Amino acid sequence: MEIGLEHYLTLAAILFTMGIFGIFLNRKNVIIILMCIELMLLAVNINFVAFSSFLGDLTGQVFTMFILTVAAAEAAIGLAILVIFFRNKGSIAVEDISSMRG
Amino acid sequence: MTDFSFALLSPLAPEIFLAVAGLFLLVVGVFRGDKDTSLVGWMTVLAFAITGYLLLNGSWEETTALNGMFIMDQFAGIVKLVILTGLIISVALGIDHIKQENTARFEYPILTLFAGLGMLLMVSANDLLSLYMGLELQSLALYVLASINRDNVKSSEAGLKYFVLGAISSGMLLFGASLVYGYTGSTNFATIGEALAQQGSMGAIIGLVFMLSGLAFKVSAVPFHMWTPDVYEGAPTSVTAFFAMVPKIAAIALLIRLLFEAFPSIAGQWTQIIWILSALSMAVGAFAALQQANIKRLLAYSSIGNMGFALVGLAAGSVEGIACVIVYMVIYMIMTAGTFGIVLSMRRNGHAVENISDLSGLSRNNPVMAYALAILMFSMSGIPPLAGFFGKFLVFKAAVGAGLYGLSVFGVLCSVVAAYYYIRIIKIMFFDEPVAKFDAGVPFARNLIVGLSVAFMLLFIFNPSPLLDISRDAVSVFFHNE
Repeated sequence: MEIGLEHYLTLAAILFTMGIFGIFLNRKNVIIILMCIELMLLAVNINFVAFSSFLGDLTGQVFTMFILTVAAAEAAIGLAILVIFFRNKGSIAVEDISSMRG
Repeated sequence: MTDFSFALLSPLAPEIFLAVAGLFLLVVGVFRGDKDTSLVGWMTVLAFAITGYLLLNGSWEETTALNGMFIMDQFAGIVKLVILTGLIISVALGIDHIKQENTARFEYPILTLFAGLGMLLMVSANDLLSLYMGLELQSLALYVLASINRDNVKSSEAGLKYFVLGAISSGMLLFGASLVYGYTGSTNFATIGEALAQQGSMGAIIGLVFMLSGLAFKVSAVPFHMWTPDVYEGAPTSVTAFFAMVPKIAAIALLIRLLFEAFPSIAGQWTQIIWILSALSMAVGAFAALQQANIKRLLAYSSIGNMGFALVGLAAGSVEGIACVIVYMVIYMIMTAGTFGIVLSMRRNGHAVENISDLSGLSRNNPVMAYALAILMFSMSGIPPLAGFFGKFLVFKAAVGAGLYGLSVFGVLCSVVAAYYYIRIIKIMFFDEPVAKFDAGVPFARNLIVGLSVAFMLLFIFNPSPLLDISRDAVSVFFHNE
């Protein structure tokens, strides 16, 4: 079977959906949310690289490099915020992030 | 490929200056420490002012730089000036506030500066890549700002919620961007526009829907508003003021440029989406705020509703509509600056109080503050002859002009419901029994900002045309073919 653009796009769409569902269905740990965010961004990268190769245009791959860099910065900031949250609350369970409602 | 020369970077001069100033101030901050936060803060204000000066002195002719990634035109120039004004106001409000709260950290103004740099880049973005980089520079700084009060549970929780939901929205935006890139073969707005004008594609429309949901999150339009009340309540009040005033202007400007440069040929599709976002935002903004006891939460719902009103102008999709969006955002920014200036002064025994009931009987304890807040609240609810009335009037006029009768009627009804909770605040201030007085000793900068804001609300009626003319000129760049 020839592997074409649609296969890559399907894979990326599945990974992206898994990322989103992982965030909303997960009721345990914030670290899992961070992993799901990473999964979403990587799915986007697959999309970009697949399109880039299919179109014969390098822009998509350059975009991927930028996304990887920003994802690293984002993870660093996310973990830093998580650390201060843990220091204040003593827990990183998702159900404990609930001091404000309404 | 042209040879590189520094003259090619001249449209970027304000941004380059701001970036260098930010790095310089970081060094100053590291050497002087937290005790000199006000020094760093006022230097940040100065840096914004110089950036504004560079912007005014630069050319506002349509020019692109960085291989078409960055565009400078009249629209970008005007919106950037508005954003810089908002940044100056929010830093000026913030410096005094963090000193009063004993949470002075020199990173505070510098993070505002970098968020501001991100916003300027967003306004000038002419490519999906520069759009994403500007947006992320802004968002990453805002996540940290929301949790800057790091020993406070609420503040860190606000930062965490903002971060998680913000990252999801960036992911959606990127997924959309990848589809748009794949189905049009370019990341440049103009090229995307040409490709779509020749041949529409389903993939690009799906990509646009994803991008719109990502951006709707940034402007806190319903159904992507869940973060707003919690972040507004949890973040330090001066940061909330900043969130309410400035980032939304940049996001709306970005949305306008994206829709009108890259997707004008499928306007039929996106106006429907904007229509729904706008109607839902107005409804949630009006009804969910009715039962709030916390004034910051109330203002969060109010800002959701106000974004709904601004999006009415965008849904109209006409020159008039977009010009009114700009006017609306400017009026809303000034109104919010004044309101938050007063909320920041709600302090008792050295602690901030945030409940609406704390305003009870304010007219007898502090009549000046009560009348100022009353004027701002009347303006928010859209009572003529105050400026807030004109903002609403203009967007609805544009919407009726574009044939959006249903949305306009619905919007006016929502604004009637919203008037209830604004006027309830006035009733509490003027007719309820007084509670203990607020602390005296309001900083000069805050009084000045509240005073100017109230004066703007009262005096706007005498000469509304300059703002309207400037906005019309600014948005004419998107309609050069007509």
